[in-house]
Amino acid sequence: MSAWTTRLRRLGGGPLVRMSTVVLALFVLVSVLAPWLAPQDPTFGELGDSFAGIGAGHWLGTDGGGHDTFSALIEGTRTSLVGPLAVVLASTVTGVAVGLFTAWRGGWVDTVVGRVLDILFAFPALLLAILAVALFGKGLGAPVLAMAVAYMPYTARLVRSLTAQEKVRPYIAAYQVQGHSEVFVALRRLLPNITPTVLAQSTVNFGYALLDLAALSFLGLGVQPPTPDWGAMINQGQAAVLQGQPMSAIVPAVAVVLVVVAFNVVGEHLGDRLAGRES
Amino acid sequence: MPPLEMPLLEYDGLRVELPGTARPILDGVTLSVAAGEAVALVGESGSGKSVTARAALGLLPSGARTGGQVRVDGTDLVGADAARLRAVRTGVASMIFQDPRAGINPVRRVGDFLTESLRLVGGRTRAEAEARALELLTAVGLPDPARHLRQYPHQLSGGMLQRVMIAGALTADPQLLLCDEPTTALDVTTQAEIMAVLGQLQRDRGLGLLLITHDLDLAAATCDRIYVMYAGRIVETGTAADLLAIPRHPYTAGLLGSSPPLEGTPGRLTPIPGAPLSLAEAASGCAFFARCRFAQPGRCDLTPPVLTSPVLTPPVPTLPVPAPAAPTLVACHRADELIEENR
Amino acid sequence: MTADPDLLLQVDGLRKTYPGDGAPVVAVDDLSFSLRPGGALGIVGESGSGKTTTARMLVGLERPDQGQILVQGTPLVARARGRVARLARAKAVQIVFQDPYLSLDARRTIGATLDGVLRLHGSASPARTRELLAQVGLGDREAAALPRELSGGQRQRAAIARALAVEPAVLVLDEAVSALDVSVQAQVLNLLSDIRRDTGIGLVFVSHDLAVVRYVCDEALVMYRGRTVEHRPVADLLATPRHPYTRLLLASVPHPGWNPEAIGLQRRELAALQAPLLLPVDAGGGR
Repeated sequence: MSAWTTRLRRLGGGPLVRMSTVVLALFVLVSVLAPWLAPQDPTFGELGDSFAGIGAGHWLGTDGGGHDTFSALIEGTRTSLVGPLAVVLASTVTGVAVGLFTAWRGGWVDTVVGRVLDILFAFPALLLAILAVALFGKGLGAPVLAMAVAYMPYTARLVRSLTAQEKVRPYIAAYQVQGHSEVFVALRRLLPNITPTVLAQSTVNFGYALLDLAALSFLGLGVQPPTPDWGAMINQGQAAVLQGQPMSAIVPAVAVVLVVVAFNVVGEHLGDRLAGRES
Repeated sequence: MPPLEMPLLEYDGLRVELPGTARPILDGVTLSVAAGEAVALVGESGSGKSVTARAALGLLPSGARTGGQVRVDGTDLVGADAARLRAVRTGVASMIFQDPRAGINPVRRVGDFLTESLRLVGGRTRAEAEARALELLTAVGLPDPARHLRQYPHQLSGGMLQRVMIAGALTADPQLLLCDEPTTALDVTTQAEIMAVLGQLQRDRGLGLLLITHDLDLAAATCDRIYVMYAGRIVETGTAADLLAIPRHPYTAGLLGSSPPLEGTPGRLTPIPGAPLSLAEAASGCAFFARCRFAQPGRCDLTPPVLTSPVLTPPVPTLPVPAPAAPTLVACHRADELIEENR
Repeated sequence: MTADPDLLLQVDGLRKTYPGDGAPVVAVDDLSFSLRPGGALGIVGESGSGKTTTARMLVGLERPDQGQILVQGTPLVARARGRVARLARAKAVQIVFQDPYLSLDARRTIGATLDGVLRLHGSASPARTRELLAQVGLGDREAAALPRELSGGQRQRAAIARALAVEPAVLVLDEAVSALDVSVQAQVLNLLSDIRRDTGIGLVFVSHDLAVVRYVCDEALVMYRGRTVEHRPVADLLATPRHPYTRLLLASVPHPGWNPEAIGLQRRELAALQAPLLLPVDAGGGR
């Protein structure tokens, strides 16, 4: 335990950063251990139990179908975090590759790819995801792929402008003059210097992706019930809000907000720290 | 000339301290500029010379604790209200900065830049303002001023733009021109032209000129008197000729020994060891102690030296100069002994 | 031009143009000079004279349109392909840039930076790193520091050590002391003359400052609008400047009794000349 606290302290930052780190760690832990943590099967519901209040049987009550909200929240952590994670990973890796290569090469390659990225910008992520669902069917796979494509240009554009800025700096010229290969200079020396900013962007993307995927599930196009998912839970719970039973919608909504905010705080802090703005 | 009249610009023990720093940015700066006089303030990076210049417009770093006085035309600016500051900035003192491009809106024409304040502050009509702008551009030696009035900043070279900035500073009809490294970003030949313009303005209009620079040679070539600043304190002051001929402070001597000469046998330079004192470093006694080759532990590092006239006046340089117009003052515990040694 | 293996550096008929608004802009035109082992040449000029383009061509960061660069009799290619060619190119010419705040990798300590260069060239050892640092007057404390923890002068020393780590035949200094405080500039200038004396490295010292060039170099080449207007031993050039532009440069240096007004006049006369007036170039040697 003491090892963890020292590691946390070494991360630095104020209480907000530390709190956010704890929140994220908690959610990740929960998503890993979900099957063992959930007290009940969230897919099992008894109508007689519908809208049960907070109590010993159901810590956070139940929804209209009598499903245990607490268990659904825990099981839903997995799908709700894995989706955006896949989007961010895929879009960041491809975006960095595209941005770094085109800006480093420069010339017509850069011009052409720049235009293509501009065109991709015209497609809203959510619309692209809905299109993918229409083509490939509901579920997590198609929207994640579509959103990765839609998010890639944001990272690519950022990396492209950062690379263009950085590559004219004399320290990069010095590496070239020393006799390092271009691949080495671009990947091993330039890239680490722009990573903090890319990381910050990816964090923001994570938040948006989580929101977009939740929205998709909310529309009934993403993760399908009975597989638990926060967005789907909000969808299921929205009718109940009007009936004066907001609990089953509020709980997953709070989870979404908490994770998005925590990711932003931690990501921004990490970005500052890696950029060396904090001693 | 200065002693009888009230100086145009007068710093009296100005002290500026920022929270979180080990030493004050400015520590008892005392300096004066009379009408028609060109005065240089020379220092390296971090010496506080720019902060000093800005203080003459009432521009002090936010959150700073201040002490002492900065009087411009008799008005103390430390703690002055906005109306009083505005009166000084629009009528008495103007400033020119190092980078002329930073001070002008790139999407507006040169003419708009110049006429704006003439119309807003000076209350002139458009035609009057344009006529005046033309006059000012001619005064700063810009060829074909009518054409330049219609041009955008990017169409002008750095040297031409600096002339425009000087013309802009003149729109307020100032008595005092503060020049913060006005030629540092320019080529040497352009520097000469800008300095020629400033010199003309000083002589023809009787302007007081405060030149902030890191270049002791430039200061000596263009100004009547020089103040040398180190780590927020004035360490030496005197006439340009006197200071260059017989530097009394080891720092001034070190600066002179650091710049390679253009004439004479090129001997090895004698640089000042170490680096200028940063704001994170405190000095218990003389701020130059750590870098000074004459420093005496137990004496120089105890109390900060006070700016005083050295006891022995060394022989006046060979030129037939009358008695020095301004007394030489030096802030060094060992000034008297060192002068004795150098004889 | 015949390759002369006794000469350290031979530059012949170098030309570089950039695409402009219509006609291409000629940055450097017909530039030729040479350097003997242990020699030091100052390239003097103002912004736009082509001196920085020249420095960048010497280290292969720009490809000349015409002309040749030979180091110890071997022609240099602008873009070296393959590891062996790249390392050989690096061993020929190294460079120190003007801005010590941008020329070092902010993420790596000075020690790691030097180590990286030494490893690439197969000569890494803690002793060699320490030796290089000592050569530029730095120690273990600076080796462990990131660039931002060092002063401008210390960073520039580190940049010099980084260039020396390659053990180049020629070292190009592109305004390498002009961003430093006067007192610190003198330290670096002395360091450079020590390095010159101790290593026999050839220096190409690009600067706008005649006094600094006089201190470091034996020969000076004055560039004006991309052309060489005068190329002679420094002492001669300063004592009896022949080209009007050289005279203008000299007159522009502030000194007691300076008359800046006369300089403006001189400059306008020079600018009125359509093409830079070319005088026969008599170099100190090599041509």
